[in-house]
Amino acid sequence: MRSQWETVIGLEIHAQLATKSKIFSGASTAYGAEPNTQACAVDLGLPGVLPVLNEEAVRMAVIFGMAVEAHIAPYSVFARKNYFYPDLPKGYQISQMELPIVGIGHLDIDVDGVSKRIGITRAHLEEDAGKSLHENFHGLTGIDLNRAGTPLLEIVSEPEMSSAKEAVAYMRKIHELVRYLGICDGNMQEGSFRCDANVSVRPKGQKAFGTRAEIKNINSFKFVEKAINHEVERQIELIESGGKVVQETRLYDSDKDETRSMRSKEEANDYRYFPDPDLLPVLVDEDFKAQIKAQLPELPQAKKQRFKDSYALDEENATILTSSRQLGDYFETVVKESACSAKICANWVTGDLLAALNKANLEITDSPVSHERLAGLLTRISDDTISGKIAKQVFEEMWQSTATADQIIEAKGLKQITDTGAIEAIIDKIIADNLDQVEQYRSGKDKVFGFFVGQVMKEMQGKASPGEVNKMLKEKLK
Amino acid sequence: MSLTVSEVKDCAHLARLGIEERDVGSYAKDLSGMLDLMTQMNDLDTDGVEPMAHPMDQVQRLRADVVTEQVDREKFQAIAPQVEAGLYLVPKVIE
Amino acid sequence: MYNKTIAELAKSLRSGEFSSVDLTLAFLDRIKQHHSLNTYITVTEEQALQSAKAADLRLATGKAELLTGIPMAQKDIFCTEGIKTSCGSKMLDNFIAPYNATVVDKFNSAGAVMLGKLNMDEFAMGSSNETSYYGAVKNPWDTNTVPGGSSGGSAAAVAARLAACATGTDTGGSIRQPAALCGITGLKPTYGRVSRYGMIAYASSLDQGGPMTRNAEDAAIMLQTMAGFDNKDSTSVDLPVPDYRAGLSNSLEGLKIGLPKEFFGEGLNSDVAATLEAAINEYRKLGATVTEVSMPSLKLAIPAYYVIAPAECSANLSRFDGVRFGYRCENPADLTDLYTRSRGEGFGKEVKRRILMGTYALSAGYYDAYYIKAQKIRRLISEDFKKALSEVDVMMGPVTPSTAFGIGEKIDNPIEMYLSDIYTIAINLAGVPAMSVPAGFSEGKPVGLQIIGNYFAEDKLLNIAHQYQQVTDWHTQIPKGFE
Repeated sequence: MRSQWETVIGLEIHAQLATKSKIFSGASTAYGAEPNTQACAVDLGLPGVLPVLNEEAVRMAVIFGMAVEAHIAPYSVFARKNYFYPDLPKGYQISQMELPIVGIGHLDIDVDGVSKRIGITRAHLEEDAGKSLHENFHGLTGIDLNRAGTPLLEIVSEPEMSSAKEAVAYMRKIHELVRYLGICDGNMQEGSFRCDANVSVRPKGQKAFGTRAEIKNINSFKFVEKAINHEVERQIELIESGGKVVQETRLYDSDKDETRSMRSKEEANDYRYFPDPDLLPVLVDEDFKAQIKAQLPELPQAKKQRFKDSYALDEENATILTSSRQLGDYFETVVKESACSAKICANWVTGDLLAALNKANLEITDSPVSHERLAGLLTRISDDTISGKIAKQVFEEMWQSTATADQIIEAKGLKQITDTGAIEAIIDKIIADNLDQVEQYRSGKDKVFGFFVGQVMKEMQGKASPGEVNKMLKEKLK
Repeated sequence: MSLTVSEVKDCAHLARLGIEERDVGSYAKDLSGMLDLMTQMNDLDTDGVEPMAHPMDQVQRLRADVVTEQVDREKFQAIAPQVEAGLYLVPKVIE
Repeated sequence: MYNKTIAELAKSLRSGEFSSVDLTLAFLDRIKQHHSLNTYITVTEEQALQSAKAADLRLATGKAELLTGIPMAQKDIFCTEGIKTSCGSKMLDNFIAPYNATVVDKFNSAGAVMLGKLNMDEFAMGSSNETSYYGAVKNPWDTNTVPGGSSGGSAAAVAARLAACATGTDTGGSIRQPAALCGITGLKPTYGRVSRYGMIAYASSLDQGGPMTRNAEDAAIMLQTMAGFDNKDSTSVDLPVPDYRAGLSNSLEGLKIGLPKEFFGEGLNSDVAATLEAAINEYRKLGATVTEVSMPSLKLAIPAYYVIAPAECSANLSRFDGVRFGYRCENPADLTDLYTRSRGEGFGKEVKRRILMGTYALSAGYYDAYYIKAQKIRRLISEDFKKALSEVDVMMGPVTPSTAFGIGEKIDNPIEMYLSDIYTIAINLAGVPAMSVPAGFSEGKPVGLQIIGNYFAEDKLLNIAHQYQQVTDWHTQIPKGFE
């Protein structure tokens, strides 16, 4: 039944820009201050105050635009969006309407190994509102305006996602990107990164869009998937039972896993946008763009290609290692500091290291194993001091301590045995003890070879170079 | 051009502006008079004219991203109608 | 001593003829004596005397500026820290501003003595000062007539010698029209010349603060302090401020004056027209040549203004919601009730009219027909000015179609009131500077001559006004009973 329906999703992502001061005032944007201690005269909308635009907010918006290969508007205009709400001190929000700073761009997402390009309609600068606190103040609501005036970049996608999964992939990708670019801390608990989803359904094959509902203020990846899935179900059920979807704003309730209509905002809003007369057109000229371009970090897409080209990494490793700037930097430092091949470095970083970090719920920047120490370990693999298997053991020791790989190898006596005489003696013993298997091997059963390697390594507690063991075994078994 | 009583009420609601029922008619009359004045604008052909939002052809000056404001909450809230625990209080907001 | 100009007072303060405290006490006394003019909303007696004492000390050190110790007053639209700033509205009757407007800071650091805050039309919306919550101001030339508006308190106070000078603001004529009706000198500077920070906004793209004084020289002195770039105002222009007094004595020989023919047509009172004709003749005598210029789009200035100004004001006044400052209604039932009643009870009728008009003009379906259309006309008007001012040095014309009208005469006919702004409004749309200079009397009531200059040509306007005031004495006349 569901297969007759097609889902159409567009996302509006609000990313708080990581500026020190507000978009139109000199008050601090730091999170978590006492209520209303970071709301200055301008943020409070006192009579007579005026806005002055923060350069850093403009720079960050342009950086984002460049990263999604968007058109950067040479002139963009701030407009007033008029509505009354207690967390909106001036009775209007300063936003951008007709002429946003970032125009059409795009972003590629991967879902189940398939790449899809999602169009970005626009990204515009605006000011965040304050917060309403509904704790009990004798049945009243408390208003904290610390957040009012925090710069936001609203990133609007085309309605080009066709499943909750794609929407999540897109949201993650934007999240990764804004953090990568250093323009947003991405902290979803603190509301630095949140999203509204426009969801509609239509019969498969139909060109025209169905009526959409807007789900407001989703602040986790898990919720965006659940909220969209729920909303899609709701709309299909509604239509199939003869009802009609109404265009409205709905709120996702994560406790009940449902969306519900926001009655207070239901009335048709007429925002009466018009250019803010207190602000002049924002000029982003070629000089300004060139300046930003020069400071722009290597973008994930370009870095991925470079990792593939210059380190011969596969798609998967390249993707993982370019997902954050810090991870990529860590990897490249390890490659530089170790004598090991980039491929082995990549396998270690994306494998053992990331697994351990994930398990401990740590970011790469907080890794207990520094790049110097990991490089030291990998160097000992490449110079055959230890085998890869022993290296895993050493890595675990390193995770728990501050010792270097060399200190651990030394202390635990894990050094590989390079004395061929000792290896030869063991091989001879193993051959003598397993004559049946020797017979099998010699009659053409190549598989048995692995058995001998295993036995020898076991006898040597892993401390022999597998390459050396292989070579000598082949010789002896001839 | 004339503005109906219900249009006046719609605008008053959008602007959250209480007006006495008995005054609605007079506002409708005054606003209609203003609209009459405004329809004169149609006498002038403005095709291709760039709308002018500011008297000066200037661009926005940008402020360095520096925290310059230290907030004296007590001073700001001394003039507020109702505050508690540093918050401005309003009738319950229902979402 | 209250009859002296700023320049004269500055001399007396330095010669020790009297102190700033003496002078301040004299003005405070006069303010009490002429309380019935209703020019002041707040008199800051205590602070004034304190500043006067400080000014006397500063004068003694020889580090004083021209305005040090000069008793002046602020239009109640400028925020003054710790002092009620009402904007002529019930909405802000309880508003003690927690900060100073940039203009106020500048007068403070010049050492000027603020006597108090002056009455005005509510939120600067009005042309008669009758929309003030604090009641109408009376014109000292005829107390049955209005002083004009919105800076009516400022104009009446300066004319009646209740302050040596005053600030005003001008969105559609609010400095020039009351200056004309009260027989004083008023200058609306180029948009962006004087900071708007802390000046409660009516229509942000039109508002501009300026001096209201007894003569052009005083206006130059005041503007010297008021003008200049302010990094708190994005629309403030970062250009050096010239020495406005330096060029006052320049000769007007060869000055090209343009008379916009649209300013002298139907609607202009014939007595006023004759008075202006005489004034322009004085300029001919001073060596100026006079030609006619045309501003074809001018007739649409009023409709364009009454779209743009209300549109901007409808948003500017949304912050008055009873949440963080200002009037809040009793026992709001819910949030909508809080907003609706606080605003309904806090704003007067003219303010409401303009908020409604602006809301309508910006609402869906009407935006292009009204707002965009008005902005296009604004462009055409501004081009008219640019073109005319490329042909002549300045333009001259009336400020108002007639002299001061009676209190209560027009208040119930808003459209008629709007139409009387015909000669002043276009200047704000274009953003150019203009002055009103006393040019004579009609039936005992003052007539103002308007001088309009090019962008940032305030120095030239002041020079032209000053030269006229060297050969005429209209600006030295004192209303009867206020000598």
